[in-house]
Amino acid sequence: MSTAPKLTIKDLHVAIEDTEILKGVDLEVKGGEIHAIMGPNGTGKSTLAQALMGHPRFEVTKGDVTLDEEDVLEMEVDERARKGLFLAMQYPSEIDGVTNSDFLRSAVNASREEGDEISIMKFMKKMDKTMAQLNMDESFANRYLNQGFSGGEKKRNEILQMMMLDPRIAILDEIDSGLDIDALKVVADGVNSMRKPDTGFLIITHYQRLLNYIKPDRVHVVMKGRIVKSGGPELAERLEAEGYDWVKEELGIEDETIEQKA
Amino acid sequence: MSVDTEQLFDRQIVTQLSQSQQEPEWMLERRLSALDSASRLSLPKLEKTRIDHWNFTRFQPFTEEKEIASPAELPEEVRRMVSFEAEDSVVIQKNSSPVFARLPESPKNKGVIFTDLVTATREHEDLVRKYWMTEGYQADEHKLAALHAALCSGGVFLYVPRNTEVDLPFQSLFWASGKGVGTFPHLLVVAETGSRVNVVANYVSDNDSDAVINGAVEAFVGDNARVRIATLHTQGTDTVEVAYRRTVVGRDAHLEWVVGDLNFGRTISDNTTYMKGTGGNAEIKSITVGGGEQRSNITATVHHQGTYTESDIVSRGVMKDQAQTILNGITKIDKGASKANGVQAEKVLMLSREARGDANPILLIDENDVQAGHAASVGRVDPIQMFYLMSRGLTRREAERLIIFGFVGPVLDTIPFDSLRDRITGVIERKLK
Repeated sequence: MSTAPKLTIKDLHVAIEDTEILKGVDLEVKGGEIHAIMGPNGTGKSTLAQALMGHPRFEVTKGDVTLDEEDVLEMEVDERARKGLFLAMQYPSEIDGVTNSDFLRSAVNASREEGDEISIMKFMKKMDKTMAQLNMDESFANRYLNQGFSGGEKKRNEILQMMMLDPRIAILDEIDSGLDIDALKVVADGVNSMRKPDTGFLIITHYQRLLNYIKPDRVHVVMKGRIVKSGGPELAERLEAEGYDWVKEELGIEDETIEQKA
Repeated sequence: MSVDTEQLFDRQIVTQLSQSQQEPEWMLERRLSALDSASRLSLPKLEKTRIDHWNFTRFQPFTEEKEIASPAELPEEVRRMVSFEAEDSVVIQKNSSPVFARLPESPKNKGVIFTDLVTATREHEDLVRKYWMTEGYQADEHKLAALHAALCSGGVFLYVPRNTEVDLPFQSLFWASGKGVGTFPHLLVVAETGSRVNVVANYVSDNDSDAVINGAVEAFVGDNARVRIATLHTQGTDTVEVAYRRTVVGRDAHLEWVVGDLNFGRTISDNTTYMKGTGGNAEIKSITVGGGEQRSNITATVHHQGTYTESDIVSRGVMKDQAQTILNGITKIDKGASKANGVQAEKVLMLSREARGDANPILLIDENDVQAGHAASVGRVDPIQMFYLMSRGLTRREAERLIIFGFVGPVLDTIPFDSLRDRITGVIERKLK
């Protein structure tokens, strides 16, 4: 697994119940690259993130996803994670009675061979260091997983998990929503510290603001369940300045959202 | 429901039992009177559990066993339930007989009595006469209580004198072994004013046992005393266990009770606490894990009689396969028990489609100037939580295990003895396999 990762998405269609949300997404994310997915609300951005990780509510109806040439869609959720896929969630679950550190240690060990588990000392050291980097109070280690965390605390906790697990492809689903500027900088610093040839990023965001701190290589606009426009970082800047109307006009789109069946 | 009026057991059996234990006359009288009541009384009425076809009467009521010289003679599954370090206090009963007892010098010199109930009835008659099935558990509560009083054999007695403190828990082990056996374990605890004591009671049976275990614990927590009790039940699949526990809590006294209802067979578990004195405090925590076609009815009742009394009931049930459990929490506050505060929370987690659970919080309040609160929930493992945990690489099994142990955590994490917590964790792991 020392080679740079490659996530390939081909003609991906995803439905929830009987409504098709994604209608043919094509995308390739390689190690060392940061891709940003932007778009107005209700266009299918988060669906892409959840479907890639294998969320039980979403059904892939057509298309392929491979990670390093292996079929991701055939894998169980945990297998995807152990192959190096990570999703920082927009709304992480709260789990009573399970401490953050116990959970994280189980997660770190899940990707390691039996008998090669990380020592408690080494784990604690790494967690302390990472938490310090994210300006998280030490007490978070012993609090129950996301239980009673504020929105910003949950987001930091997602980034903490990402940094501890060191994935090959990290998907960040609206990690910036609800964060104040200081928290946003902390989160962005965390992501930037992981920028390296063997990690690729897919960052889903509603706001261009995050991209002031994390410089993307590619920017994609999603509308009506498809990527309708791609470009370099300058695309994000134009969207911030002018909004989405010019894209809609250029492509002749009237309603960018996915029409829901009555 | 028709009442069975026939004589369930011969008076001769009860008389012989009493004589073989060389009991005083008053004890035999209590037993015979209870035997009469047993024919007259109905089974206890349990919320939402039908027990009329459970076996409560077909068994050999007295099965004598030989003493053992050392714990090494016990089978491994039985021995591992108890700690046998040199300074540990232990009483073991197999079927109807006390087979092993050890009370080290240190508590003995403080005046602590820890022995089987047969010996205690002879050597400390006044104490036993005062507390045995009088104020706590009463023979006329229902048929099962009456049968217990009539047929009780062996038993364990713990007496802790005034202002005496002992850290190490007093351990008793009640072991049912063989076919067709009926056992009646009775643990009687008297903690005098200002004392401090820890008690652990284990109830086990052989895997192939079809024993009927009709047991009782009575505990008297004196004024300003602190008593912590843990009772752990791990009876086999074909057993029927009835466990009634009655505690009387004195003024400013503290009771902390952890119940591990981890049987594999049918279970009636009833824990009732009488908060008599002003300012008493009780925490009643229980965990049950059910598998197979197990049926259980688990009730925790706190009856507030004194002013400024506080109680907290926390119950957790995990059901898998086709198991069913009913978790009842009853907070009763009498008129006059002003400033009382009773809270309770019962939660059931179901791991399969066929498993069933019911959580019934019941508040019975006759006084205005009180506080009371309750919470109850019954649910399945949340698929979104599973997705979240698995998305970090945990297998389905590991993820479910984390959720389950998180669920029982509020009870498990507060068990005051490390070794007991490990044992309970081990049994839960075994039951979930």
